[in-house]
Amino acid sequence: MFLPRVFGMPTFGSMRPFEELSRMRRQMDRIMDSFMEPRLQGLRSGVFPAINLTEDDNHFYLRAELPGVKAEDLDIQATGRNVTISGERKLATEDASARYHRREREGGRFSRALAMPKEIDADRVEARMQNGMLTLKVPKSESAKPRRIAIGS
Amino acid sequence: MTTDTQKEMTVKEKKELTTPAEQTRPGALFVPNVDIFETDKQITLLADLPGVTGESLTIDLRDNILTLSGEVQPFEGPDEKDLLIEYEIGKYYRQFTLSDVIAQDKIDAQLKDGVLRLTLPKVEKAKPRTITVSAG
Repeated sequence: MFLPRVFGMPTFGSMRPFEELSRMRRQMDRIMDSFMEPRLQGLRSGVFPAINLTEDDNHFYLRAELPGVKAEDLDIQATGRNVTISGERKLATEDASARYHRREREGGRFSRALAMPKEIDADRVEARMQNGMLTLKVPKSESAKPRRIAIGS
Repeated sequence: MTTDTQKEMTVKEKKELTTPAEQTRPGALFVPNVDIFETDKQITLLADLPGVTGESLTIDLRDNILTLSGEVQPFEGPDEKDLLIEYEIGKYYRQFTLSDVIAQDKIDAQLKDGVLRLTLPKVEKAKPRTITVSAG
């Protein structure tokens, strides 16, 4: 089929005029992203809660900020090398006559699964909630622990 | 239960504070998220301060300016290596201007599970008086 290219715009040549638009949008997104330059790449996961993961020789440490979340509203599961944190942040219902000046805190359900980089001992994961800060101490499995190799002379 | 509870939570990046005055100590400074609501008797302020303990939180009120400032100690042990860092840890700092209607000596503060609840009772309104004019 022959369609004349009006003003040399390839858009009209294709039967899907929105393709060009979505291509432009993707380009714009990329430009915007490069301007924003997020300092923390991990934030792009976009899944609540934000997690900091560290390790030492024997454990992984997973820490999340969960202010106002009670321990009984949290459900933590470990299977294989995956750790799942799910729960609900309940904001107390205040007096009906209360007039809000600011409302920045949010409540809601959340669920996040994170795969540990190495095999873990799922039976011995310890969880602690302190001052609104969740800490998971995840032991590495024996096979995942680093071994010092002696150099034979 | 509120309608909020059915909502899926999303990650919000911590707001970093740009201070007019330069800090003397290094470290990031974050603005905590707050709820402020008012009833006839009091104004309540709720602030999310994860990782702040009672000892490390200072609430200062002078010249009608309420300052919240909370230190967060780094949790990581010395041998730990970072694998994934999605949020930073720093001090929390936020200031509010209070009006004169607050009974400043009756302010109550409670910190639980990383949430501060500050109750600011209002001063009782001056009772209306009727002045009788005696005809002379």
